Amino acid sequence: MNKTVNQKAWLFVIPVFALVAFNAIIPLMTVVNYAFQETFGSNVFTWEGTRWFQQILTSDRFHDALGRQFLFTFIILIIQIPLGIFIALTMPKEGLGVPVCLVLMSMPLLIPWNVVGAMWNIFALPDIGFLGHSLNDLGFDYNFTQQPGDAWFTTVLMDVWHWTSLVVLLAYAGLRSIQPAYYQAAEIDGASRWAIFRFIELPKMKKVLTIAILLRFMDSFMIYTEPFVLTGGGPGNATAFLSIDLVKMALGQFDLGPAAAMSLIYFLIVLLVCWVFYNLMMRNEAQS
Amino acid sequence: MSKITLENLSHSYLKTQNIDADWALRNINIDWKDGGAYALLGPSGCGKTTLLNIISGLLTPTKGKVLFNDEDVTDKNPVERNIAQIFQFPVIYDTMTVYDNLAFPLKNRGISETEIKSKVEEMAEMLELTSTLHNRASGLTADGKQKISLGRGLVRSDVNVIMFDEPLTVIDPHLKWVLRSKLKELHQRISRTMIYVTHDQTEALTFADQVVVMHEGQIVQTGTPVELFEKPKHTFVGHFIGSPGMNILPCKIQNGKAMVNGNVIETENDFKNKNFTKTEIGVRPEFIKFDSSGLPVKINKVSNTGRYNVVDTECEGGKLKILSPVTSKIPSGSAFVKFDKKRTFAYGDSWIIE
Repeated sequence: MNKTVNQKAWLFVIPVFALVAFNAIIPLMTVVNYAFQETFGSNVFTWEGTRWFQQILTSDRFHDALGRQFLFTFIILIIQIPLGIFIALTMPKEGLGVPVCLVLMSMPLLIPWNVVGAMWNIFALPDIGFLGHSLNDLGFDYNFTQQPGDAWFTTVLMDVWHWTSLVVLLAYAGLRSIQPAYYQAAEIDGASRWAIFRFIELPKMKKVLTIAILLRFMDSFMIYTEPFVLTGGGPGNATAFLSIDLVKMALGQFDLGPAAAMSLIYFLIVLLVCWVFYNLMMRNEAQS
Repeated sequence: MSKITLENLSHSYLKTQNIDADWALRNINIDWKDGGAYALLGPSGCGKTTLLNIISGLLTPTKGKVLFNDEDVTDKNPVERNIAQIFQFPVIYDTMTVYDNLAFPLKNRGISETEIKSKVEEMAEMLELTSTLHNRASGLTADGKQKISLGRGLVRSDVNVIMFDEPLTVIDPHLKWVLRSKLKELHQRISRTMIYVTHDQTEALTFADQVVVMHEGQIVQTGTPVELFEKPKHTFVGHFIGSPGMNILPCKIQNGKAMVNGNVIETENDFKNKNFTKTEIGVRPEFIKFDSSGLPVKINKVSNTGRYNVVDTECEGGKLKILSPVTSKIPSGSAFVKFDKKRTFAYGDSWIIE
């Protein structure tokens, strides 16, 4: 039987292609365009080759921002993942407590990001904020607008408050999918609470935790709004993470070329880390 | 190893109980000998898994007692009761090797490495798992996984009782047969008390010495497979066991005789001084023969199943199935049938009249 060749079917792809072109390809190509050229406005461009890339890759400012970014992401992952699992384990499994807990858990996720930043800014102000004032009353010399350590502490605390719920909800879903027979078998096998967690709960949560880690990595690595509202990247450059630094360079200094090159490097780092992480998890899966 | 006694056991999943249907189990009394092979047989929702979980200690009964060797264990947990249970679908520890899975219950009880090694290897040998002993358990097929579950239950040599909760549900039919013979063989070899829960009569009848038939939270009959077949004490046992099941016809008791539409049905039941709201006659398809006189029936359909013909007939009281050897001739249209007197029973309110 001969297959009918019908090229008209391609027409169906056009809307999707147009959509993707407008929201991804064209903006990205614009960035690429800026990354290799110099412009002084009036639509006049001069070719610069890899100059902006070399400049970014050798600049201390970029190295510092990248370092801060990795440190921040590492800290929040190491807090949020175990904390999220712990909260999910202690949440009720049946009864009225379930919807109550789920709603309470979802609340931080529903608040717009700039509102989260503004809330924490006021909450942490040393003179009038509840957190800042209380800490000072307790004898801590706390001022997130002046001291880099305090700024970091507040930013991390805010992110933990805002995003741990996501890990909780994913982990809880993973836990709920475990058949009761597993717990019964473990009880009969005489397994300790730790052994139940280690050999039943953790392996069964592996897939959702992979997703949780990936999502939290990407979101925290690209964090912008909350620290922008909370600290504005300060004091000095203490909390100027990659996005904040990028916006400063592009819109503050109007260095479009280097900013475009930095965007591309930034994008490739996120892509690379996700790819490596995903492949590691999948290879592990294939072995089992 | 131990004998198991259940005394006046009742269980309900509800906080308050008003009607019989609120109870998942009603007034269960069982006496099981040490080293026996028993089966709990019944349809889904009859309470057999509830009963099993009460014996293993995963559930505490609302009323009544569980005794192991005459010692009250009602309030003890599964570890204290020292039992093993195998579940409906394979429960394995995914991240462990087959070896570690089998060793897990032993390790948790602080047994020495050398003893664990010898026991696990012996068990792997018995279940034919030796070649995959050091592979990840999650890579095995469903029956391989279920073998691991079995192995984890059997590896402890001191357990009081081993319980199986429909363990062959997820296994392919041809492997079911293999695993079932394996179980039977294991029971003979280690002679420990075993309780097997199933809704499949073939599994129950081939595995157990004594079968307990359950219906709506009650035990309707306990007996050997032969007893259940030849003399069902309840109409439920009659039609649940056997293929096709027992024929049940409504009847009237007049002058000490059972009558179906004016035809006397000969039985050995004693009807003296008994009153029932509902009376029925039960006879298995195997024990009905075509004759020149007797109960008139109309023949509807004949299906050849190989060794037997299943004859669907109708009489005024209801439908009758008859098993007739393929060698014998089947009349067409209308015919008369006679029931084997020794194998025909009258039931009052669903229970046999004795």
